Amino acid sequence: MRALKTVILSAALALGIGGTALASGGVHIPAQDWPHAGVFGTIDKQAAQRGFQVYKEICSTCHSMHLVPIRTLAGIGLTPDQIKDIAAGYEMTDGPNDAGEMFQRPGVPADRFPSPFPNNNAARAANGGALPPDLSLIAKARVGGEDYLYAFLTGFEDPPADVTLMPGMNYNKYFPGHQVGMPNILMPDGVTYADGTKATVEQMAHDVSTFLTFVAEPHLDARKQMGVKVILFLIVFAGLMYATKRQLWSGLH
Amino acid sequence: MAQTTHPSGTGAPTAPGGEGTSRRDFLYLATGAVGAVGVAAAAWPFVDSMNPAADTLALASIEVDLAPVAEGQSITVTWRGKPIFVRHRTAKEIDEAKAVNTAELRDPQKDEVRVQKPEWLVLIGICTHLGCVPLGQKPTDPRGDFDGWFCPCHGSHYDSSGRIRKGPAPLNLAVPPYAFLNDSRIKLG
Amino acid sequence: MSQGHTSTFKNPVVKWIDSRLPIFTMMHHEYNEYPMPRNVNYLWAFGAIAAVMLIIMIATGLVLAMQYAANTAIAFDSVERIMRDVNYGWLLRYLHANGASMFFIAVYIHIFRGLYYGSYKAPREILWILGVVIFLAMMGTAFMGYVLPWGQMSFWGATVITNLFSAFPIVGDPIVTWLWGGFSVDNPTLNRFFALHFLLPFVILALVILHTAALHICGSNNPLGIDAKGPQDTVPFNPYVTVKDLFAVVCFLILYAAFVFFMPNYMGHPDNYIPANPLVTPAHIVPEWYFLPFYAILRAIPDKLGGVLAMFGAIAVLFVLPWLDTSKVRSCKFRPIYRQFFWVLAIDALVLGYAGAMPAEGIWLLIARIGTTYYFFHFLILLPLLGKLERPLPLPASISEPVLKGGGHVAAGATAKPMEKA
Repeated sequence: MRALKTVILSAALALGIGGTALASGGVHIPAQDWPHAGVFGTIDKQAAQRGFQVYKEICSTCHSMHLVPIRTLAGIGLTPDQIKDIAAGYEMTDGPNDAGEMFQRPGVPADRFPSPFPNNNAARAANGGALPPDLSLIAKARVGGEDYLYAFLTGFEDPPADVTLMPGMNYNKYFPGHQVGMPNILMPDGVTYADGTKATVEQMAHDVSTFLTFVAEPHLDARKQMGVKVILFLIVFAGLMYATKRQLWSGLH
Repeated sequence: MAQTTHPSGTGAPTAPGGEGTSRRDFLYLATGAVGAVGVAAAAWPFVDSMNPAADTLALASIEVDLAPVAEGQSITVTWRGKPIFVRHRTAKEIDEAKAVNTAELRDPQKDEVRVQKPEWLVLIGICTHLGCVPLGQKPTDPRGDFDGWFCPCHGSHYDSSGRIRKGPAPLNLAVPPYAFLNDSRIKLG
Repeated sequence: MSQGHTSTFKNPVVKWIDSRLPIFTMMHHEYNEYPMPRNVNYLWAFGAIAAVMLIIMIATGLVLAMQYAANTAIAFDSVERIMRDVNYGWLLRYLHANGASMFFIAVYIHIFRGLYYGSYKAPREILWILGVVIFLAMMGTAFMGYVLPWGQMSFWGATVITNLFSAFPIVGDPIVTWLWGGFSVDNPTLNRFFALHFLLPFVILALVILHTAALHICGSNNPLGIDAKGPQDTVPFNPYVTVKDLFAVVCFLILYAAFVFFMPNYMGHPDNYIPANPLVTPAHIVPEWYFLPFYAILRAIPDKLGGVLAMFGAIAVLFVLPWLDTSKVRSCKFRPIYRQFFWVLAIDALVLGYAGAMPAEGIWLLIARIGTTYYFFHFLILLPLLGKLERPLPLPASISEPVLKGGGHVAAGATAKPMEKA
């Protein structure tokens, strides 16, 4: 009867795999080496901090990240004072004040990252009809996750001869359908990293993908650390239960 | 159900007593103890999820700019869901508050211990009687008999230091934890 | 006491309560001394595993409901607040989301165990039917729960599934409008789904109690499918089966924890991390894996009403299964021909599930049609005929006979001895 169990469990897994493979649209996304992958992997905080710089200086001109409070940055190793300074660098719209008007004030860590456009329609209007997606959950909202983000950011190229781009579109070999409104935005030395890392396109794509993985799942490290403990505990407990069961049932035969 | 079938009491053909029994009892005990620890540990996330969340805690301390508050004026700010009264006291109000003989008070407290700078009085604006919000913040409000606040619910009068002077409230208006960051900015909480 | 229940418990408080409300006697009877066939294997633990999953789902669901906001404007954000800000919110939500899948895994194994060992046959027909009702209630609960995060799959899943009812002539459209509380899936729909999603688990719990009551009247089936003849065939439920079931539960929890902590989104769909957008349909709408076989049956029929009827029919045949199977022999162990077909059905269910995840075109549509045909053939034609044509293997005289391999004696402690309440 173990066969029955195995068949059904593996089938459940196989179905999941089936669904994933299907949704990737036939384009193979190369897997990258991520320090946060695997059972014991944790977010590379230095890379995430660099990735935040890329987000702040490049991505955030078009993309919002409106679900993420600025205080979340504590998770990539920034100090409270650094976070306070980062927050104060943003202008937040608040109000209405006593005169009934909205006003601008410097941000505080409890604020969420401000959006570049007041609403989706404004974002579309400014971007040729295409809506730059919110980045809060982008690493979980795309098949392939951070591998896809990296592939997408490094996947811009000239269209093959048989492809005619629609006006305002760009060719990306990993984007489903290949025609995407977003231009190739990462240029070598597009940012100047504070820690002296050379800002190649691959480096920036790697860093910002790490950062976006973090903001999509700020408790990623805590989750895995707890998981190791929980599973070790359950294995010990299962061993004890099994010994108890054997001991009890041994009296039956 | 404790008196019913005890595990070790059921069907054990091995000799009663002796090493086998104690090892078996230890096994049962260890399994039970590990299980109990597991259940207790699993319960904690459920309990803790009902504690204040990170977004609530992030607003547990706020900064207030005092610069726009002119002498004699008051502002009300919300802190941890409660109204905080900040009054820029006049010299007259300060003198009144200092002149009071604390021995006569229901809740004896010197004005000096209730303020960090005499001109700034910071209070939790909740009547210590039954939790109403006293009047006295707006210029048009009644301020009670002692130039402070008056609670309309049951008629408690507070003085210009927020101390209870008349009416049913047992205690002075509470002073929240705060600190001056500079001359015109305080941090609540 | 001349009136009331004569309690044999010693503890005075327990005795006082028990003689007025014999709940302790009932618990003792049902969960301590309940005689369990001693030859049941670990597949019999999946009922207990499913019950544990139900309790975990209700517990996590309760605390999640304290943080969730059932309003289309903020539902998605409130779920993200749970994931980011609420203490252990990420853990509780992943436990709940993956728990639904684990609950279905346990229940599917439980159902197939019942199919293999003929646990639906007399006198356990009502027990089986209650189980199918639980299964239906679970499907409804899971479907409505999936709508609550208000992501793209939530919205479009809700739209597609509620539109099934529009297949019915005349009453179809008014029913759909009524289900929605409007002219599309919108805030009223989300609100009522939340209310029902909160209610239904307690209905399931009540059904589980009835299911257990029916089980304890008939007694548990066992791998041989023959009735227990006496104490030598059984063991008292506690401690033997409780400990065995708990061991199985802990092993199952390891699998569950592996999903929750290391691949929490594996069984979900990335599109559900995109807020619902009524103007854009995702490229592939795929239901959660546990609905896929039924989804394949729905799409296999080229007619709208026909597909809906076939899908509901796939569950309806389970209700009449006890009367479709004409064989008097319960366990597949003694049904050499039917045993082969059982595995064909199991594979058919998997193939249908796989086809349900694939686009409904080309070869997959053909496979889904063959799978659907076999599914109904199996229940409606094969089972009634096979019961009459098949020659079962000889049944053993009693459960203890093969256990003892024809000799030896029954150990003194092995029997379900009369209750020792003293």
